[in-house]
Amino acid sequence: MTERMTKYRWFWVWDFEKEERWLNEMAANGWTLAEVGYCRYTFERTESNEYTVRLEMHPYDEDYINFMEQTGAEYIGRVLQWIYFRKESRLGRFDIFSDLDSRISHLSKIHKMILTLGFANLLIGVANLLIGDANSFTAVMNLLVATLLMYGVGRLQGKIEYLENERELRE
Amino acid sequence: MPENIVLTEATYYILLSLYDPQHGYGIMQEVESLSRGRVHLAAGTLYGALNSMVEKGWITQLPVEDGSRKKDYQITALGLKILKEEIERLRELVTNGDAIVKGNNND
Repeated sequence: MTERMTKYRWFWVWDFEKEERWLNEMAANGWTLAEVGYCRYTFERTESNEYTVRLEMHPYDEDYINFMEQTGAEYIGRVLQWIYFRKESRLGRFDIFSDLDSRISHLSKIHKMILTLGFANLLIGVANLLIGDANSFTAVMNLLVATLLMYGVGRLQGKIEYLENERELRE
Repeated sequence: MPENIVLTEATYYILLSLYDPQHGYGIMQEVESLSRGRVHLAAGTLYGALNSMVEKGWITQLPVEDGSRKKDYQITALGLKILKEEIERLRELVTNGDAIVKGNNND
């Protein structure tokens, strides 16, 4: 029986690269991601660096997962719209994106999702404020969430702009 | 006047590797071997590129064989025309580059 370990961690959506880095640091220490859930990561004992782990925001799509599996990647699981893959290092380098265009379009999808959620919270918050004081706690919560999400929008905007500047000169 | 299309390196190599029918992983290996290991095509990028090229009619997806999960793709006449125009464009780039930056290849 393979030795297992579960860790609980929280990552903001706009910090998905940090999450991926952490998962690969774990893999480098011989703990490879085997299952994912909300803030829950279950690792199994492997050789150090036996696997590379990648994650991506992509609507659930069996055709896509099939495609990834045919290239040697293993599907670990998903949390909401995020899917997690790993691939044995001996099968070669593992990246999901290899050019600026596809990186930008991935970031733009995340950006759009957070922006929509942010606006929804803002509208609900304002609506609750107007309705009356019975809902004021909810309203304040909505507005706080909206502010946080807008911060995330700004972070992603920065990443997208950086890559777009790069693309002026190269692929 | 048709739009002057400049292909990305990934698009160019994918079209080239679909001269004969090929499935996704085959394309990745073909591109890597054609470029002698220089161009590494990641699966997500490839998947997106294949779908948009099918939509544009540059490549076509061949009927899937029974029991197989692998989808084969092949370049279309339109795709071939675009590829040939791109080869002409690249030739122009190299000719002009060589003509102006003379001798720098020999140092």
